[in-house]
Amino acid sequence: MSVLTQEPPAAAPESAPAPIPAPRGRSLIARPGTWLVWAVVAFFFVNLLGLIATVVLDSFGKTWFGGWLPQGWTTQWYSEAWSEFSLGQVLQATAEIVLLVLGISLAVGVPAAYALARRDFPGKRFVMLLFVLPIVVPPMAYGIPMATLLYKFHLAGTMSGVVAANLVPSIPFVVFTMTPFIEQIDPKLEAAARMCGAPTRTVFTRILAPLLLPGMLAAGILVLVRTFGMFELTFLTSGPTSQTLIVALYYAVFSAGIRAQQSIDAMAVIYTGSMLVLLLIALRFVNPTQLVARSADNRD
Amino acid sequence: MTAADVRAGLDQGTDNGAGHERASLRHRLAERGIDRTLLLALPGVVAIIGLFFYPFLYGLQLSFQPKTGGFFGAYKAFFDDPYARGSIAKTFYLAIPASLINVGASVPISYRMRREFRGKRILLALLVVPITLGTVLTAEGLLEYLGPVGWFNKTLQWLHLTGGPAQLVNNYWGVLFSLVITGFPFAFLLTHAYLSGIHPSLEAAAATLGAGPWQRTRHITLPLLLPGLLTTFCLTFVLAFAVFPSAQLVGDPVGSTHVITIEAVHDALEEFNYPLGSAVAMVMTVLMLAVIGVAMGLRSRLYRGSTGGKG
Repeated sequence: MSVLTQEPPAAAPESAPAPIPAPRGRSLIARPGTWLVWAVVAFFFVNLLGLIATVVLDSFGKTWFGGWLPQGWTTQWYSEAWSEFSLGQVLQATAEIVLLVLGISLAVGVPAAYALARRDFPGKRFVMLLFVLPIVVPPMAYGIPMATLLYKFHLAGTMSGVVAANLVPSIPFVVFTMTPFIEQIDPKLEAAARMCGAPTRTVFTRILAPLLLPGMLAAGILVLVRTFGMFELTFLTSGPTSQTLIVALYYAVFSAGIRAQQSIDAMAVIYTGSMLVLLLIALRFVNPTQLVARSADNRD
Repeated sequence: MTAADVRAGLDQGTDNGAGHERASLRHRLAERGIDRTLLLALPGVVAIIGLFFYPFLYGLQLSFQPKTGGFFGAYKAFFDDPYARGSIAKTFYLAIPASLINVGASVPISYRMRREFRGKRILLALLVVPITLGTVLTAEGLLEYLGPVGWFNKTLQWLHLTGGPAQLVNNYWGVLFSLVITGFPFAFLLTHAYLSGIHPSLEAAAATLGAGPWQRTRHITLPLLLPGLLTTFCLTFVLAFAVFPSAQLVGDPVGSTHVITIEAVHDALEEFNYPLGSAVAMVMTVLMLAVIGVAMGLRSRLYRGSTGGKG
């Protein structure tokens, strides 16, 4: 602090306090550092766009040898991919798995979140830890023992095995997404309902459920996105009839060379498209940081 | 502690042993927060114990029961084989640079983006795209985009930066790029959340005391941000450490990117050697927890008080 400032604080707009909106036009005379940062961000997005665009263009192209763009356009690869990879069956399995996981994790997770939000009991920290661990430990580490166990119970490769595996990260996720939603509902509302003579069931269906609906929607859509994109657990536990789209895509890319590259790309576009639709729906209800934030970060 | 408390409550309740004391026991438990509402948490707890802890412990005991080699046979088999053992080093060699790049790039970028500006929400939303697309799609896209006739190599040659096409996929670099593409947005969104939790008035106060921009960053913001950065590092490290699809698809799975997950999946699902597969999964978990332990140990030595922000 003894060193004198190089410039008066008011003349340093980039490091000025966050909530004050920057004056228009000031960014054009920003420092090289700011330009560099924006250049890196732009470079990242250009490459990301290129990556996705390559796959999309290739899936619509007749052939693509070495040029900047494919020679001729066609949609034949989509119908080929549909029959070659039996996408109808894969999509049906995906929908069944995702919806089952969504339903069960909401049914189990929301009551648990309610208990954790409303009661402060001895051992609450322990129960919290119980729910944190499946989120922190990566799927690969517990997926392999789990796949082994499913073989033992003859559940390997079945739909129920895949659903069970996907419930492991989903239930804690619902619990930690719902807890803040429940905490912000005033308990006096429940007390008032009880005073007016409402039994527990009515308190839940007429008071809590309508208030919790936005939270359940947010948690549900996040579980949907995560289960749809969850590769590791489904890969480890699925069989030929219980593959989700992402696992089918992995096997197609892994055995590339047997099939036309374009039909693999067509499948990838179908996956990307469905994911983007889900994501657009999700972003209407939740903050982007919620998609990545994990329970472990809530401590600060 | 839980059980002891409950038992203490039960003992006092049953000492008197009459009808109305039962009600008092229930009342005493309710005062400590134990009542029928807690039963709502039961299905969740049972599901997690049954689906997560039981398989994990089953895998742990299975790893000590190999067909040959005695108690530690599976672990010995893993550590005696230089190819299998080498997967540990290869994993760290990928995961450490990837998480350092992701966290390192996130700090200056989120520092510049603390201000509100037009399109910020769209930018944050765009960053979610690569996370949700996942590693399989990123790998598929990278294979074509960075391939010998892909757009990236074409641009390099068009700009006369390289003579021939650069080999960017089916080796170490492909996997690293894939880890940065999926990991950087994740690290950035977390860092951004931490940074916006530090109240700007703290820096403003330092500025009134005569601190320059560098001093404010170095002595005010960075110490407040560092715990968050370590958490971010841990989470990105865990993601990178468990890399599987991209190492298999854009990497060189039998060579430079034969990471520990590939080894585990190979042992368990291809060789059907479940004890060995479980042992490798356990080694993986222990290594990961060790790195997280070191990072969290460092974190506990840092300032952990209020950041004056919304967090």
